[in-house]
Amino acid sequence: MLLLAFDTATPAVTAAIGESGADGAFTLRASASSVDARRHGELLSPTIRRLTGEAGVALADLDAVAVGIGPGPYTGLRVGLATAHALADALGIPCHGVTTLDALAFATGRTEPFVAMTDARRKEVFWARYDDRLTRVGEVAVDRPADLDTGGLPLVGDGARMYADVFGAAAAAPEPVHPDAAALAELALHRLHAGQSLPAPEPLYLRRPDAVVPGAPKKVRQWVK
Amino acid sequence: MSDHDLPLILGIETSCDETGVGLVRGCELLGESVASSVEQHVRFGGVVPEVASRAHLEAMTPTVHRALDSAGVKLTDVDAIAVTAGPGLAGALLVGVSAAKAYAMALDKPLYGVNHLVGHVAVDQLEHGPLPKPAIALLVSGGHTSLLLVNDLATDVVSLGDTVDDAAGEAYDKVARLLDLPYPGGPPIDRAAQQGDPKSIRFPRGKWGDGTYDFSFSGLKTAVARHVEDADRRGEPLVVADIAAAFQDAVVDVLTRKAVDACVEHGVSTLVISGGVAANSALRALAEQRCLEAGVTLRVPRPKLCTDNGAMIAALGAEVVAAGLPPSEPDLATDTSLPVESPLAR
Repeated sequence: MLLLAFDTATPAVTAAIGESGADGAFTLRASASSVDARRHGELLSPTIRRLTGEAGVALADLDAVAVGIGPGPYTGLRVGLATAHALADALGIPCHGVTTLDALAFATGRTEPFVAMTDARRKEVFWARYDDRLTRVGEVAVDRPADLDTGGLPLVGDGARMYADVFGAAAAAPEPVHPDAAALAELALHRLHAGQSLPAPEPLYLRRPDAVVPGAPKKVRQWVK
Repeated sequence: MSDHDLPLILGIETSCDETGVGLVRGCELLGESVASSVEQHVRFGGVVPEVASRAHLEAMTPTVHRALDSAGVKLTDVDAIAVTAGPGLAGALLVGVSAAKAYAMALDKPLYGVNHLVGHVAVDQLEHGPLPKPAIALLVSGGHTSLLLVNDLATDVVSLGDTVDDAAGEAYDKVARLLDLPYPGGPPIDRAAQQGDPKSIRFPRGKWGDGTYDFSFSGLKTAVARHVEDADRRGEPLVVADIAAAFQDAVVDVLTRKAVDACVEHGVSTLVISGGVAANSALRALAEQRCLEAGVTLRVPRPKLCTDNGAMIAALGAEVVAAGLPPSEPDLATDTSLPVESPLAR
């Protein structure tokens, strides 16, 4: 199965083309990442075009698309999702979601419990706890660094790096700080090969939109209508 | 060449709160679909960008398919894709541009990032046929109030004037709120004004006779607020119909006067009025009267084409393709303040 994977839920724009054989063995055909929090919309499409060239495949050869569903800053996150929806629609292939923190966790290769976290802006982090690189414990959440209970576990990801002063020694080795689509592709293909379901390609926002319903007019007026 | 031989253009519009997709060949509208998030914005009294962006993402591919179905064509029939690159809300634009790039890439078709404002003018060709060159265009909506000299839709659009503060539609929304009328404010003010006397109150005409083609509506909005406060202080009842009629009269007076003056000064015989406020009955009536007096032909697209939609973007895309302009690059960026002089974004 030939899979195109990408993620735009963090400052990184990362894309990869990977393949799984009949035995489930994973082969990375091409991958690329760049970190530029303000140019997701510009970078993603040219990156995908370049990767197909490097991998020597046409988009029409793809069997599926996998996209990071966040959580992550919303404007960038939607670049990946809108791209994935339209690509899969036009190619007539399935579109799968992968939780961005799960891809980050998978890339750590860790076999002991840890916490993965990314920047949620507004002095908060998106985070989740893992038993090992493949096993998330509970749901993904958004909290202030000082408020979350990490259980003394080691911390990875950009959130850990940014708030190293809050977390101290637990954040001493936060690498990898950003997700990599090569890991996202491998994780998606691993789950698909194992017959496990992947999330729908829909954004994990975790917060409601910021908007305030205006108050009622102060005075009761005598309207003639 | 008949329209049937012309390339099939898929247009995508997501600059504000409407997810629009249209299919056009030349000046022929084959089909279109619009998904609006306006209901989600009503309680906030205005468009909330994050709410709009979320709705665009949900609506994007379903709207593409509703438009394809209404046109009776398949995605693989499409020859080129046009998308609004700006101006508009950053997060909203990015959903449409991302989807458009992906469709273009997967279908291996050229992508054209086009200007939302010029699209509002181009859409008139779907209703009234090719636009005479040159034409004057007045764009009035919740986000824009612009007067344009359109020498060529694809290559030569000149801005004559713009609002220096609020857009005309924005003034309608703010005054509607003052008058305890619902959002969006255009239709209820237009309805209330039918029963009112436009001469009952004299509201200021911003930038009237100042020798420019610019507009200003924030002073007018403040004058309505003052009027309401003064009446409150005196304990007098407020006649909504009269306030609405007098406010609307002030808005359409300046809009139509400057638009017709521009036609006369530039020796142009065609005026196009488009954008959401073009559906306003008082604006249409006064524009018709003043165009008739000045010997100018007035073209106003039907209301469904005046508000934001994908057909207008496809219509401009068709013009850009016909002009032989090169497609946008794959790293096309959105531009929240794309100048109207750029019908095509690079």
